[in-house]
Amino acid sequence: MFGKPGIREEKVLAISPQATDGLESIPALLHRNATQFGDKPAYREKEFGIWQSWSWADTAKEVEALALGLLNLGVNEGDFVAIIGRNRPHFYCSMVAAQSVGAIPVPMYSDSATDEMAHVMDHCGARFAVVQDQEQVDKIIDIQDSLHQFEHMIYVDPRGLRKYDHRKLHQFSHVQDQGRAAKEEFIDELEARRAKLTYDSTCVMLYTSGTTGRPKGVVLSNRNIIETSRASSDFDHLGPGEEVLAYLPMAWVGDFIFSIGQAYWNGFCVNCPESTDTMMTDLREIGPTYYFAPPRVFETQLTNVMIRMEDASRFKKKLFDRFMAHARKVGPDILDGNPVGAMDRLKYALGNLFIYGPLKNTLGLSRVRVGYTAGEAIGPEIFEFYRSLGINLKQLYGQTEASVFITVQPDGEVRNDTVGVPAPGVEIKITDSGEVLYRGPGTFEEYYKNPESTADTKDAEGWVATGDAGFFDTDTGHLRIIDRAKDVGKMSDGSLFAPKYVENKLKFYPNILEVVVFGNERAECTAFVNIDLNAVGNWAERNNIGYASYQELAGHPQVLEAIKGHMEEMNRSLADDPMLSGCQLHRFLVLHKELDADDGELTRTRKVRRRIIEEKFHDLLTALYDGSSEISTTTEVTYEDGRKGSISATLQIVDAAVVPVTATQVAAE
Amino acid sequence: MLDASEGYTTDDGRKIGGVVMEMKNITLRFGGVVAIKDISFDIRQGEIRAIIGPNGAGKSSMLNVISGFYNPQEGEVWYQGSKRPPMRPYQVAQQGIARTFQNIALFEGMTVLDNVMTGRIRQMNAGLFSQALWKGKAENEEVENREVVEKVIDFLEIQAIRKTPVGRLPYGLKKRVELARALAAEPSILLLDEPMAGMNVEEKEDMSRFILDVNDEFGTTIALIEHDMGVVMDLSDRVVVMDYGMKIGDGTPDEVRSNQAVIDAYLGVAHD
Repeated sequence: MFGKPGIREEKVLAISPQATDGLESIPALLHRNATQFGDKPAYREKEFGIWQSWSWADTAKEVEALALGLLNLGVNEGDFVAIIGRNRPHFYCSMVAAQSVGAIPVPMYSDSATDEMAHVMDHCGARFAVVQDQEQVDKIIDIQDSLHQFEHMIYVDPRGLRKYDHRKLHQFSHVQDQGRAAKEEFIDELEARRAKLTYDSTCVMLYTSGTTGRPKGVVLSNRNIIETSRASSDFDHLGPGEEVLAYLPMAWVGDFIFSIGQAYWNGFCVNCPESTDTMMTDLREIGPTYYFAPPRVFETQLTNVMIRMEDASRFKKKLFDRFMAHARKVGPDILDGNPVGAMDRLKYALGNLFIYGPLKNTLGLSRVRVGYTAGEAIGPEIFEFYRSLGINLKQLYGQTEASVFITVQPDGEVRNDTVGVPAPGVEIKITDSGEVLYRGPGTFEEYYKNPESTADTKDAEGWVATGDAGFFDTDTGHLRIIDRAKDVGKMSDGSLFAPKYVENKLKFYPNILEVVVFGNERAECTAFVNIDLNAVGNWAERNNIGYASYQELAGHPQVLEAIKGHMEEMNRSLADDPMLSGCQLHRFLVLHKELDADDGELTRTRKVRRRIIEEKFHDLLTALYDGSSEISTTTEVTYEDGRKGSISATLQIVDAAVVPVTATQVAAE
Repeated sequence: MLDASEGYTTDDGRKIGGVVMEMKNITLRFGGVVAIKDISFDIRQGEIRAIIGPNGAGKSSMLNVISGFYNPQEGEVWYQGSKRPPMRPYQVAQQGIARTFQNIALFEGMTVLDNVMTGRIRQMNAGLFSQALWKGKAENEEVENREVVEKVIDFLEIQAIRKTPVGRLPYGLKKRVELARALAAEPSILLLDEPMAGMNVEEKEDMSRFILDVNDEFGTTIALIEHDMGVVMDLSDRVVVMDYGMKIGDGTPDEVRSNQAVIDAYLGVAHD
C-alpha cells in the first residue's frame, strides 16, 4: 500500500489497522468526535464581540443539516463544490457536509480576481459554490455565463442580497432549514453516501498557488489527509486539548491539514477570528498552543515590535536591547535543553519576567507549545528572534502535493539553516542534479484533468519531484534546501547563484519588505527592492520627512541611503560564506510600486513570481546592468476592483560596495 | 404626482412609502439674514432624499431645522401626520431622528465602543443609584444595549477599532463611527450632514455602500446633504436643490440634472 517496504513504512503499517478502524473519512472522524467528546468545543468564532462556540455534537448537527440541504438541492456524488470565504466555521462545516454527500470541496482564495476564479471553477466544473457575502456572489454572477456546469450558489451573509434573483441563489441558513425539514426524505440517502466513503475517496481538491504558471488542481484522498494528520500529530504529541487560530487562506493546504485534518483527527478546537483586521487581538485572546504561520507573518510581527521599540523611551529601549542580546546568546540553548551556566539561566529568567514573557503575551504566543513556519524559507535572524524568546518555533518543509509534510524539525533539533528530518512515513532521495524527491502516505493522487503534469511530477514508483534543490547535511542528517531548482543558477564566473537565500537575508531588515535578486549567468548580482511602508513610514515621521505616497517615499534619497547601508552590511556577511560570496549585490533600485498579487507579480500566498517580474520590468533590469544612473518607466497596475491604471516614475539606481573575495574565484576556476 | 399617503416601488425593487415628514413654507432668519426662504418639500418613508446646493445655499440650516436645532420663524414641520411644535433637539431625537455632523462631533478621548454606546442613551433609564451600584436594571440594560451596538459595529465593519480611542482614528473612520452612533439609536429618519466631505475615492465608495445598506437592511429613511454630485445622483431617490436659501429644483436625479435653474446655479449664467 505504501510502496516498497522500509523501516519507516513498517512503523506506519504497524499502527494503521487499529488506529484507523472505520475512520476512513473526515465525516467518520466527525461522528467519532461527536460521540467521544460531544461537549468539547470544536469551533469558536468571535462575533458581536463575544467568542461563540460550537461543540463537536453541535458541529455534527450543523453539518448534517447542511448535507441534507445539499441533497435537497441535488448535489451528486463526485460533484465539485467551490468554497470561497474567510476562515469561518460555516465554511469548514460546508467542506465536511460536501464530503458527507460524496462531493468534493474545492476551497478557493477569496481575494482572487474574477478571471482567476473563473479559471479554477471552469477547470473543475464546479456545480455548486458556498460563498461568504455579496462581494463573492457578485464575482460569481459576473463569470457564471462562462461556467457551463455551474448551478447553485449558497451565501452565508445575506447583507445586500435581498433583491437578487433567488432562483439559483440560497441563504446558508435556509439551506440548512430545508435540509432539516427534509430529513425524513433524505437521511437514508445521506447515510448510504457517507458509508461509501473510503480511504481512496477524494477528500479535497486544492489548487496550487502557481509560482510558474496556471494553478493546478491537486487531488488529495482521505488516505493522504488522515494518514498525514495522524503521523504528524504523533510526531508533535498533539492532543484534543490544543487550541489553534485559523486565519490562513482556506485554499492553502496548510490550513486544510491543520484546521480540518489534524483538528478532526485529534478533536481539538479551531478558533476563527472576528475579521481579518482583528487577527492580532484575537490571537492574543485565544493564546493558541499550536501555531503555524508563513514567514511573512513572523516578519510583520517582528517589524511591529521593532517600530514600537523605536518609539519607546531610552531606558526601555536600552533594557530591551540588553535582554534581547542575552536571549539571543542563551535562549535557543535553554529551549533545546542544552547545558547553560547558572548565571546565564538566572539572567534569562529575569529577562523572561520583565521582557520576554510580556512580549510573548503581546504577540499572543505565550502558550505556544509547537509553532511552525512553512510555505517559504524564513530569514535566520527572524527565526532566531522568536526562538530566543523561548517560543518553540520550528521549520517544516512541505508542499500541497505532499499534504504538507515532507520534512519536519523534531523538538530539540531545530536549526535555522535546515528544514529537519523526513516526516514520519516519508522517504526522500536526492537526484544527481540535486533535486529533492519524496514519496509517502501524503503523496497526492494526481493533478485533476492534467495527466501530463502528473506524469512530469510523479513517477511510476510514486516519487514526486519537488522542484527544489537541496542536500542532506552530513553531520546532522537534516535536509537543507538551497533554493527552487529552477532559480538556482550559476554566475558567469561559475560560482553559485541562489537568489532566495540572499533575499531572505535582506528581508530581515524591517525596512525591506520584498526583494527580487537577479544574477543568473551574469557577472554581478543586482536587486529590486520593495520598502516596508509601515517601518519606513514610521521612520520618516520621526525624522520629519514628508511623503504623500509609497512611490514618493521609495524614491527619497535618505531611504535609498538606508537601504544601501543594509545591502552593504549583508554583502559583508555574505563575503564570509565561501559558497555564496559571489551573490553580493552590486546595484539595486527601489521599485516605484509594491509587488502585488492583483498584478500577477506575487502568488496569492505572496510568493514572488520571478519570471513574470523579470519580463514586466525588463527595462529596469536592463538599466541595472548597462550602467545608467536613473531610469524612467511606466507600469500598468490593477486596482482591487479590477480596473487598470498606470504609474510612471523615474528611479535612481544605487551602487552598493562589495567586499572583494579572491579565494572563491580561485576555487571556482 | 403621487398622493402623500401613496407609496411606490423603485426600479431596483425597494418599497417607498407615504410622506413621513413634510416641511411647509419654512422661512428661517438670523437677524436680517434670510437663510431659508419659503421652502416646502417632503420626505417619504424609506427613501434616500438629498439636499444639494452651492456653498451658503442654506442646506445645513435646513438640516438643523429638521433636527430641531433651529426653530423657523415661519412655516410648519409635519412629522408622522401631525404638526410638530417647536422642540429642543433632544425631544426631536426622542421621536426617532438621529444625525451626524459636518464637523465630526465625537468624544475624542473615549473608545469607539463607548462613543457608539452614547447613541443608546435614549433607551437607558436606570437611575443614578442603580448605575453607581451596577446591579439589576443598570447591568441588564447595559447588556441589552451592548447587543444592539455590537450589531451596528459588525454592520459597519469596525470591529478592529472597537477599543481604540476615537482621537487616534483617521478622518474617514471617525465619520464611520459617527454613523455608527447615529445608527445605534435605531432611528426612523437618519440625517447625514456631508457624510463624504474630505474623503478619498475609496472611502467615499465604502460610505456610499454603507448608506445604501442601511437603507436596504433597516428600511431607514435617510436625508443627506452632499457636495459630491456623482455620489448624490447615484444614491438618492429624490433631490432638493437650494440656492441662496430658495428651492430651485425638486425631483428625481434625472429631472434635477436637466433643470435649467439648477444648471445655471451650478455652472453660472452669463450676465448681459
